[in-house]
Amino acid sequence: MSLIMIFYHALSVFTAGLLLWNFIREKEDREKMLLYLLVLLPFILRILWIR
Amino acid sequence: MSRDWKIKTIYLAVVGALTALAAVQFYQHRHYQLPIIAGPGVTKVTNLSDYCESLRGTMADTKVFFLEGKEPGGKVLVMANTHATEIDAILAALIFIENAVVEKGTVIVIPQFNHSASRTTKPGDGYPLFFEIPTAWGSKKFRLGDRGASPLEQWPDPDVYVHYPDRQLLSFLDARNTNRTWPGRPDGPLMERVTYAAMQLLRTEQVDLAIDVHGAETMFPVTNCIVAPEKSMRLATMASLTVKAMEGFENHVEPSPQGFRGLSHREIGDFSETLPFLLEAPFPFLDQPTGPKTIDLLLTGKDSFLLSLARQKKLFVPYDETGWPVSRRVGQHCSVTLEIINQFSRKNVGRAIVISNVPRYAEIVENGVGHYYHDPRQAPKESIYQN
Repeated sequence: MSLIMIFYHALSVFTAGLLLWNFIREKEDREKMLLYLLVLLPFILRILWIR
Repeated sequence: MSRDWKIKTIYLAVVGALTALAAVQFYQHRHYQLPIIAGPGVTKVTNLSDYCESLRGTMADTKVFFLEGKEPGGKVLVMANTHATEIDAILAALIFIENAVVEKGTVIVIPQFNHSASRTTKPGDGYPLFFEIPTAWGSKKFRLGDRGASPLEQWPDPDVYVHYPDRQLLSFLDARNTNRTWPGRPDGPLMERVTYAAMQLLRTEQVDLAIDVHGAETMFPVTNCIVAPEKSMRLATMASLTVKAMEGFENHVEPSPQGFRGLSHREIGDFSETLPFLLEAPFPFLDQPTGPKTIDLLLTGKDSFLLSLARQKKLFVPYDETGWPVSRRVGQHCSVTLEIINQFSRKNVGRAIVISNVPRYAEIVENGVGHYYHDPRQAPKESIYQN
Protein backbone atom coordinates (compact mmCIF):
# COMPACT_ATOMS: atom_id res chain seq x y z
CA MET A 1 0.00 0.00 0.00
CA SER A 2 1.33 3.44 -0.90
CA LEU A 3 2.19 5.99 1.77
CA ILE A 4 -0.57 8.34 0.65
CA MET A 5 -3.18 5.56 1.02
CA ILE A 6 -1.97 4.89 4.58
CA PHE A 7 -2.21 8.64 5.27
CA TYR A 8 -5.77 8.83 3.90
CA HIS A 9 -6.84 5.82 5.96
CA ALA A 10 -5.35 7.46 9.04
CA LEU A 11 -7.42 10.54 8.16
CA SER A 12 -10.53 8.34 8.01
CA VAL A 13 -9.80 6.96 11.48
CA PHE A 14 -9.31 10.53 12.77
CA THR A 15 -12.57 11.76 11.17
CA ALA A 16 -14.49 8.76 12.54
CA GLY A 17 -13.08 9.52 15.99
CA LEU A 18 -14.20 13.15 15.71
CA LEU A 19 -17.72 12.10 14.70
CA LEU A 20 -17.96 9.62 17.56
CA TRP A 21 -16.65 12.20 20.02
CA ASN A 22 -19.23 14.75 18.83
CA PHE A 23 -21.97 12.13 19.14
CA ILE A 24 -20.95 11.39 22.74
CA ARG A 25 -20.78 15.09 23.63
CA GLU A 26 -24.13 16.03 22.08
CA LYS A 27 -26.74 16.31 24.85
CA GLU A 28 -29.72 18.17 23.36
CA ASP A 29 -30.11 17.93 19.59
CA ARG A 30 -31.41 14.45 18.67
CA GLU A 31 -31.21 15.18 14.96
CA LYS A 32 -27.49 15.96 15.23
CA MET A 33 -26.94 12.77 17.25
CA LEU A 34 -28.43 10.71 14.42
CA LEU A 35 -26.59 12.65 11.72
CA TYR A 36 -23.22 12.07 13.39
CA LEU A 37 -23.84 8.32 13.31
CA LEU A 38 -25.14 8.25 9.74
CA VAL A 39 -22.09 10.19 8.51
CA LEU A 40 -19.90 7.80 10.48
CA LEU A 41 -21.25 4.72 8.62
CA PRO A 42 -19.16 4.97 5.40
CA PHE A 43 -16.04 5.81 7.42
CA ILE A 44 -16.48 2.58 9.39
CA LEU A 45 -16.77 0.59 6.15
CA ARG A 46 -13.62 2.24 4.79
CA ILE A 47 -11.64 1.67 7.99
CA LEU A 48 -12.66 -2.00 8.01
CA TRP A 49 -11.48 -2.28 4.37
CA ILE A 50 -14.90 -3.36 3.17
CA ARG A 51 -16.02 -0.51 0.95
CA MET B 1 -29.15 5.96 32.51
CA SER B 2 -29.80 9.58 31.52
CA ARG B 3 -32.47 10.41 28.96
CA ASP B 4 -30.03 11.48 26.24
CA TRP B 5 -28.12 8.19 26.62
CA LYS B 6 -31.35 6.21 26.22
CA ILE B 7 -31.87 7.91 22.85
CA LYS B 8 -28.22 7.48 21.95
CA THR B 9 -28.42 3.76 22.70
CA ILE B 10 -31.41 3.38 20.40
CA TYR B 11 -29.62 5.35 17.64
CA LEU B 12 -26.46 3.29 18.10
CA ALA B 13 -28.45 0.06 17.84
CA VAL B 14 -30.26 1.15 14.65
CA VAL B 15 -27.21 2.60 12.86
CA GLY B 16 -25.07 -0.29 14.12
CA ALA B 17 -27.52 -2.76 12.58
CA LEU B 18 -27.52 -0.83 9.29
CA THR B 19 -23.71 -0.75 9.29
CA ALA B 20 -23.53 -4.49 9.95
CA LEU B 21 -26.04 -5.22 7.17
CA ALA B 22 -24.11 -3.08 4.68
CA ALA B 23 -20.78 -4.52 5.82
CA VAL B 24 -21.91 -8.14 5.35
CA GLN B 25 -23.33 -7.47 1.87
CA PHE B 26 -20.33 -5.51 0.62
CA TYR B 27 -17.88 -8.02 2.16
CA GLN B 28 -19.66 -10.93 0.45
CA HIS B 29 -19.58 -9.05 -2.87
CA ARG B 30 -15.88 -8.14 -2.60
CA HIS B 31 -14.85 -11.68 -1.70
CA TYR B 32 -17.17 -13.72 -3.96
CA GLN B 33 -15.10 -15.89 -6.30
CA LEU B 34 -16.37 -16.47 -9.82
CA PRO B 35 -15.58 -20.02 -10.98
CA ILE B 36 -14.23 -19.94 -14.52
CA ILE B 37 -13.98 -23.33 -16.20
CA ALA B 38 -11.05 -23.76 -18.54
CA GLY B 39 -12.50 -25.46 -21.60
CA PRO B 40 -10.83 -27.89 -24.04
CA GLY B 41 -8.86 -25.13 -25.78
CA VAL B 42 -7.16 -23.69 -22.69
CA THR B 43 -3.50 -24.68 -22.61
CA LYS B 44 -2.21 -22.50 -19.78
CA VAL B 45 -3.43 -19.95 -17.25
CA THR B 46 -1.12 -17.24 -15.96
CA ASN B 47 -1.43 -13.97 -14.05
CA LEU B 48 -1.21 -10.47 -15.47
CA SER B 49 1.45 -9.76 -12.84
CA ASP B 50 3.79 -12.07 -14.80
CA TYR B 51 4.18 -9.06 -17.10
CA CYS B 52 4.53 -6.41 -14.37
CA GLU B 53 5.99 -7.49 -11.04
CA SER B 54 4.54 -4.52 -9.13
CA LEU B 55 1.02 -5.92 -9.73
CA ARG B 56 1.75 -9.16 -7.88
CA GLY B 57 -0.16 -9.66 -4.65
CA THR B 58 -2.58 -6.80 -5.35
CA MET B 59 -6.32 -7.03 -5.95
CA ALA B 60 -5.63 -5.66 -9.44
CA ASP B 61 -3.84 -8.85 -10.51
CA THR B 62 -6.00 -11.07 -12.70
CA LYS B 63 -6.03 -14.36 -14.58
CA VAL B 64 -4.89 -14.63 -18.21
CA PHE B 65 -6.12 -17.64 -20.20
CA PHE B 66 -4.08 -18.92 -23.15
CA LEU B 67 -5.70 -21.04 -25.85
CA GLU B 68 -2.85 -22.23 -28.07
CA GLY B 69 -3.38 -24.09 -31.31
CA LYS B 70 -1.35 -27.08 -32.48
CA GLU B 71 -0.15 -25.08 -35.47
CA PRO B 72 1.70 -21.77 -35.07
CA GLY B 73 -0.07 -18.65 -36.29
CA GLY B 74 -1.11 -15.20 -35.21
CA LYS B 75 -2.18 -14.09 -31.75
CA VAL B 76 -5.24 -12.24 -30.49
CA LEU B 77 -5.89 -10.78 -27.04
CA VAL B 78 -9.53 -10.44 -25.92
CA MET B 79 -10.04 -8.19 -22.89
CA ALA B 80 -13.31 -8.07 -20.95
CA ASN B 81 -14.44 -6.11 -17.91
CA THR B 82 -12.25 -3.12 -18.61
CA HIS B 83 -15.42 -1.56 -17.23
CA ALA B 84 -16.91 -4.08 -14.81
CA THR B 85 -20.43 -2.66 -15.18
CA GLU B 86 -20.53 -3.71 -18.83
CA ILE B 87 -21.40 -7.35 -18.25
CA ASP B 88 -21.68 -8.53 -21.85
CA ALA B 89 -17.91 -8.43 -22.15
CA ILE B 90 -17.21 -11.03 -19.47
CA LEU B 91 -20.15 -13.15 -20.64
CA ALA B 92 -18.66 -13.27 -24.15
CA ALA B 93 -15.14 -13.88 -22.80
CA LEU B 94 -16.34 -16.87 -20.78
CA ILE B 95 -17.95 -18.36 -23.88
CA PHE B 96 -14.51 -18.26 -25.52
CA ILE B 97 -12.69 -19.69 -22.47
CA GLU B 98 -15.18 -22.49 -21.82
CA ASN B 99 -15.79 -23.55 -25.45
CA ALA B 100 -13.23 -22.36 -27.98
CA VAL B 101 -10.87 -24.80 -29.63
CA VAL B 102 -7.95 -23.15 -31.40
CA GLU B 103 -6.64 -25.01 -34.43
CA LYS B 104 -4.02 -22.46 -35.42
CA GLY B 105 -2.46 -19.49 -33.63
CA THR B 106 -3.21 -18.34 -30.09
CA VAL B 107 -6.17 -16.73 -28.38
CA ILE B 108 -5.43 -14.96 -25.08
CA VAL B 109 -8.39 -13.97 -22.91
CA ILE B 110 -8.41 -11.72 -19.85
CA PRO B 111 -11.99 -12.05 -18.55
CA GLN B 112 -11.68 -9.51 -15.71
CA PHE B 113 -9.23 -6.92 -16.93
CA ASN B 114 -10.05 -4.39 -14.20
CA HIS B 115 -10.26 -7.01 -11.48
CA SER B 116 -10.46 -4.44 -8.68
CA ALA B 117 -13.48 -2.77 -10.36
CA SER B 118 -15.31 -6.09 -10.39
CA ARG B 119 -15.10 -6.17 -6.58
CA THR B 120 -16.82 -2.85 -5.89
CA THR B 121 -20.09 -1.27 -6.98
CA LYS B 122 -21.14 2.10 -8.30
CA PRO B 123 -22.03 4.34 -5.36
CA GLY B 124 -25.35 6.12 -5.38
CA ASP B 125 -27.10 4.42 -8.28
CA GLY B 126 -28.63 1.44 -6.46
CA TYR B 127 -26.92 -1.15 -8.65
CA PRO B 128 -27.51 -4.83 -7.76
CA LEU B 129 -24.46 -6.53 -6.24
CA PHE B 130 -24.85 -9.75 -8.21
CA PHE B 131 -26.69 -11.09 -11.25
CA GLU B 132 -27.35 -14.62 -12.45
CA ILE B 133 -27.42 -16.15 -15.91
CA PRO B 134 -29.84 -19.10 -16.23
CA THR B 135 -28.32 -22.33 -17.54
CA ALA B 136 -29.51 -25.90 -18.09
CA TRP B 137 -27.90 -26.93 -14.77
CA GLY B 138 -29.05 -23.99 -12.61
CA SER B 139 -27.69 -20.47 -12.77
CA LYS B 140 -24.24 -18.93 -12.91
CA LYS B 141 -23.72 -16.09 -10.45
CA PHE B 142 -21.57 -13.07 -11.30
CA ARG B 143 -20.45 -9.98 -9.40
CA LEU B 144 -21.68 -6.71 -10.92
CA GLY B 145 -18.80 -4.28 -10.65
CA ASP B 146 -18.10 -0.62 -11.20
CA ARG B 147 -16.63 1.40 -14.08
CA GLY B 148 -13.48 2.20 -12.15
CA ALA B 149 -11.27 0.36 -9.68
CA SER B 150 -12.18 0.20 -6.01
CA PRO B 151 -10.84 3.08 -3.89
CA LEU B 152 -9.66 0.35 -1.53
CA GLU B 153 -6.93 -0.37 -4.08
CA GLN B 154 -6.21 3.12 -5.40
CA TRP B 155 -6.98 6.13 -3.24
CA PRO B 156 -7.25 9.12 -3.08
CA ASP B 157 -8.34 10.32 -6.53
CA PRO B 158 -6.34 13.31 -7.78
CA ASP B 159 -8.11 16.63 -8.47
CA VAL B 160 -7.29 16.09 -12.13
CA TYR B 161 -5.85 12.94 -13.68
CA VAL B 162 -2.72 13.81 -15.65
CA HIS B 163 -2.33 11.15 -18.32
CA TYR B 164 1.05 9.51 -18.76
CA PRO B 165 2.99 10.12 -21.00
CA ASP B 166 0.99 12.80 -22.87
CA ARG B 167 0.14 14.89 -19.78
CA GLN B 168 -3.39 15.44 -21.11
CA LEU B 169 -5.73 16.52 -18.29
CA LEU B 170 -8.54 14.02 -17.76
CA SER B 171 -11.34 13.68 -15.21
CA PHE B 172 -10.21 12.77 -11.69
CA LEU B 173 -12.37 9.61 -11.93
CA ASP B 174 -10.31 8.37 -14.87
CA ALA B 175 -7.31 7.68 -12.64
CA ARG B 176 -9.18 4.46 -11.73
CA ASN B 177 -10.50 3.81 -15.26
CA THR B 178 -8.43 1.25 -17.18
CA ASN B 179 -9.67 2.68 -20.45
CA ARG B 180 -7.90 5.98 -19.73
CA THR B 181 -4.63 4.78 -18.23
CA TRP B 182 -3.05 3.21 -21.35
CA PRO B 183 -0.16 2.73 -22.07
CA GLY B 184 0.65 2.87 -18.35
CA ARG B 185 3.96 2.62 -16.49
CA PRO B 186 5.37 0.05 -14.07
CA ASP B 187 5.73 2.47 -11.16
CA GLY B 188 2.58 4.56 -11.68
CA PRO B 189 -0.77 4.36 -9.90
CA LEU B 190 -2.16 0.82 -9.74
CA MET B 191 -4.41 1.11 -12.80
CA GLU B 192 -1.48 2.39 -14.88
CA ARG B 193 0.37 -0.76 -13.81
CA VAL B 194 -2.55 -2.90 -15.05
CA THR B 195 -2.45 -1.33 -18.52
CA TYR B 196 1.37 -1.40 -18.53
CA ALA B 197 1.24 -5.16 -17.83
CA ALA B 198 -1.15 -5.61 -20.75
CA MET B 199 1.16 -3.56 -23.00
CA GLN B 200 4.06 -5.80 -21.95
CA LEU B 201 1.96 -8.87 -22.71
CA LEU B 202 1.18 -7.51 -26.19
CA ARG B 203 4.86 -6.72 -26.85
CA THR B 204 6.47 -9.86 -25.44
CA GLU B 205 3.91 -12.27 -26.88
CA GLN B 206 3.94 -10.38 -30.21
CA VAL B 207 0.16 -10.17 -30.29
CA ASP B 208 -1.37 -9.20 -33.64
CA LEU B 209 -4.87 -8.14 -32.55
CA ALA B 210 -6.22 -6.67 -29.29
CA ILE B 211 -9.99 -6.62 -28.82
CA ASP B 212 -11.33 -4.65 -25.85
CA VAL B 213 -14.99 -5.55 -25.27
CA HIS B 214 -17.44 -2.98 -23.83
CA GLY B 215 -21.07 -1.87 -23.67
CA ALA B 216 -22.41 1.65 -24.16
CA GLU B 217 -25.55 3.65 -23.50
CA THR B 218 -28.20 3.78 -26.22
CA MET B 219 -28.19 7.60 -25.88
CA PHE B 220 -24.42 7.76 -26.48
CA PRO B 221 -23.35 8.14 -30.14
CA VAL B 222 -20.40 5.74 -29.80
CA THR B 223 -22.56 2.66 -29.35
CA ASN B 224 -23.21 -0.49 -31.36
CA CYS B 225 -19.89 -0.08 -33.11
CA ILE B 226 -16.26 -1.05 -33.54
CA VAL B 227 -13.88 1.75 -32.55
CA ALA B 228 -10.63 1.52 -34.50
CA PRO B 229 -7.58 3.69 -35.17
CA GLU B 230 -6.27 4.29 -38.69
CA LYS B 231 -4.14 1.13 -38.73
CA SER B 232 -7.09 -1.13 -37.79
CA MET B 233 -9.71 0.65 -39.87
CA ARG B 234 -9.63 -1.64 -42.90
CA LEU B 235 -10.16 -4.81 -40.84
CA ALA B 236 -12.86 -3.14 -38.73
CA THR B 237 -14.73 -2.01 -41.84
CA MET B 238 -14.55 -5.47 -43.40
CA ALA B 239 -15.78 -7.07 -40.18
CA SER B 240 -18.63 -4.56 -39.88
CA LEU B 241 -19.77 -5.08 -43.48
CA THR B 242 -19.51 -8.86 -43.17
CA VAL B 243 -21.59 -9.21 -40.02
CA LYS B 244 -24.23 -6.94 -41.51
CA ALA B 245 -24.37 -8.92 -44.77
CA MET B 246 -24.04 -12.41 -43.31
CA GLU B 247 -25.64 -12.14 -39.88
CA GLY B 248 -28.03 -9.23 -40.27
CA PHE B 249 -27.01 -6.88 -37.48
CA GLU B 250 -25.58 -3.37 -37.59
CA ASN B 251 -22.19 -2.64 -36.03
CA HIS B 252 -20.76 0.48 -37.62
CA VAL B 253 -17.17 1.70 -37.40
CA GLU B 254 -16.08 4.73 -35.39
CA PRO B 255 -12.63 6.29 -35.82
CA SER B 256 -10.45 6.40 -32.72
CA PRO B 257 -9.81 10.09 -31.97
CA GLN B 258 -6.12 11.02 -32.15
CA GLY B 259 -6.36 13.78 -29.56
CA PHE B 260 -8.11 11.80 -26.81
CA ARG B 261 -5.45 9.96 -24.87
CA GLY B 262 -5.41 6.94 -22.58
CA LEU B 263 -7.90 4.79 -24.50
CA SER B 264 -7.02 1.22 -25.46
CA HIS B 265 -7.93 1.71 -29.13
CA ARG B 266 -5.57 4.68 -29.32
CA GLU B 267 -2.57 3.85 -27.15
CA ILE B 268 -2.19 0.13 -28.01
CA GLY B 269 -1.89 1.10 -31.67
CA ASP B 270 0.51 3.97 -30.97
CA PHE B 271 2.77 2.10 -28.51
CA SER B 272 2.94 -1.39 -30.05
CA GLU B 273 2.71 -3.29 -33.32
CA THR B 274 -0.71 -4.69 -32.31
CA LEU B 275 -3.89 -3.69 -34.14
CA PRO B 276 -6.43 -2.55 -31.52
CA PHE B 277 -10.24 -2.66 -31.67
CA LEU B 278 -12.86 -1.67 -29.12
CA LEU B 279 -16.31 -3.25 -29.38
CA GLU B 280 -19.42 -1.53 -28.10
CA ALA B 281 -22.83 -3.23 -27.84
CA PRO B 282 -25.89 -1.21 -26.81
CA PHE B 283 -26.32 -1.52 -23.05
CA PRO B 284 -29.52 0.22 -21.82
CA PHE B 285 -28.69 -0.41 -18.15
CA LEU B 286 -26.08 2.36 -18.32
CA ASP B 287 -28.47 4.99 -19.72
CA GLN B 288 -29.37 7.70 -17.24
CA PRO B 289 -33.11 8.21 -17.86
CA THR B 290 -34.24 4.69 -17.01
CA GLY B 291 -36.35 3.20 -14.25
CA PRO B 292 -34.69 1.42 -11.31
CA LYS B 293 -31.39 -0.34 -12.05
CA THR B 294 -32.76 -3.85 -11.65
CA ILE B 295 -31.39 -7.22 -12.71
CA ASP B 296 -34.28 -7.43 -15.17
CA LEU B 297 -33.15 -4.20 -16.87
CA LEU B 298 -29.56 -5.50 -16.84
CA LEU B 299 -30.49 -8.71 -18.66
CA THR B 300 -33.41 -7.67 -20.91
CA GLY B 301 -32.56 -4.05 -21.63
CA LYS B 302 -36.30 -3.26 -21.52
CA ASP B 303 -37.24 0.15 -20.17
CA SER B 304 -40.36 2.25 -20.72
CA PHE B 305 -38.49 5.58 -20.49
CA LEU B 306 -36.06 4.51 -23.20
CA LEU B 307 -38.97 3.29 -25.31
CA SER B 308 -40.54 6.74 -25.05
CA LEU B 309 -37.23 8.36 -26.00
CA ALA B 310 -36.87 5.96 -28.95
CA ARG B 311 -40.26 7.14 -30.26
CA GLN B 312 -38.91 10.70 -30.08
CA LYS B 313 -35.81 9.54 -32.01
CA LYS B 314 -33.45 10.40 -29.16
CA LEU B 315 -31.54 7.10 -29.19
CA PHE B 316 -28.62 6.12 -31.41
CA VAL B 317 -29.80 2.52 -31.90
CA PRO B 318 -33.11 0.92 -32.90
CA TYR B 319 -35.18 0.25 -29.77
CA ASP B 320 -38.61 -1.33 -29.33
CA GLU B 321 -40.60 -3.37 -26.78
CA THR B 322 -38.08 -6.21 -27.01
CA GLY B 323 -35.33 -4.02 -25.48
CA TRP B 324 -31.73 -5.16 -25.99
CA PRO B 325 -31.52 -8.62 -24.37
CA VAL B 326 -28.21 -9.99 -23.13
CA SER B 327 -28.24 -12.76 -25.75
CA ARG B 328 -28.23 -10.23 -28.62
CA ARG B 329 -25.49 -8.14 -27.02
CA VAL B 330 -23.23 -11.10 -26.25
CA GLY B 331 -24.01 -12.66 -29.64
CA GLN B 332 -22.84 -9.48 -31.36
CA HIS B 333 -19.61 -9.44 -29.38
CA CYS B 334 -18.83 -13.08 -30.24
CA SER B 335 -19.61 -12.64 -33.93
CA VAL B 336 -17.68 -9.36 -34.33
CA THR B 337 -14.67 -10.78 -32.47
CA LEU B 338 -14.67 -13.89 -34.66
CA GLU B 339 -15.10 -11.79 -37.78
CA ILE B 340 -12.19 -9.46 -36.97
CA ILE B 341 -10.01 -12.56 -36.44
CA ASN B 342 -11.34 -14.07 -39.67
CA GLN B 343 -10.64 -10.93 -41.72
CA PHE B 344 -7.13 -10.66 -40.27
CA SER B 345 -6.46 -14.32 -41.05
CA ARG B 346 -7.57 -13.90 -44.66
CA LYS B 347 -5.13 -11.04 -45.19
CA ASN B 348 -2.26 -12.61 -43.21
CA VAL B 349 -2.20 -16.30 -44.08
CA GLY B 350 1.10 -16.92 -42.30
CA ARG B 351 -0.28 -15.39 -39.10
CA ALA B 352 -3.76 -16.87 -39.40
CA ILE B 353 -5.80 -17.69 -36.27
CA VAL B 354 -8.31 -20.50 -36.68
CA ILE B 355 -10.92 -21.06 -33.97
CA SER B 356 -13.82 -23.49 -33.77
CA ASN B 357 -16.65 -24.18 -31.34
CA VAL B 358 -17.46 -20.54 -30.55
CA PRO B 359 -21.12 -19.75 -31.26
CA ARG B 360 -22.12 -16.79 -33.40
CA TYR B 361 -24.92 -14.26 -33.04
CA ALA B 362 -27.87 -16.35 -34.27
CA GLU B 363 -26.94 -19.38 -32.15
CA ILE B 364 -26.57 -17.35 -28.96
CA VAL B 365 -29.87 -15.53 -29.58
CA GLU B 366 -31.56 -18.90 -30.11
CA ASN B 367 -29.96 -20.84 -27.24
CA GLY B 368 -29.32 -18.10 -24.69
CA VAL B 369 -25.97 -17.17 -23.15
CA GLY B 370 -26.20 -19.71 -20.29
CA HIS B 371 -26.33 -22.58 -22.78
CA TYR B 372 -22.56 -22.20 -23.28
CA TYR B 373 -21.50 -22.30 -19.62
CA HIS B 374 -20.54 -25.58 -17.96
CA ASP B 375 -21.52 -26.81 -14.52
CA PRO B 376 -18.60 -26.29 -12.08
CA ARG B 377 -19.85 -29.28 -10.06
CA GLN B 378 -19.30 -31.58 -13.07
CA ALA B 379 -16.01 -30.03 -14.19
CA PRO B 380 -12.62 -31.48 -13.15
CA LYS B 381 -11.30 -29.50 -10.19
CA GLU B 382 -8.03 -28.67 -11.92
CA SER B 383 -9.94 -26.91 -14.71
CA ILE B 384 -11.73 -24.48 -12.38
CA TYR B 385 -10.11 -21.09 -11.78
CA GLN B 386 -11.54 -18.73 -9.17
CA ASN B 387 -11.26 -15.13 -10.25
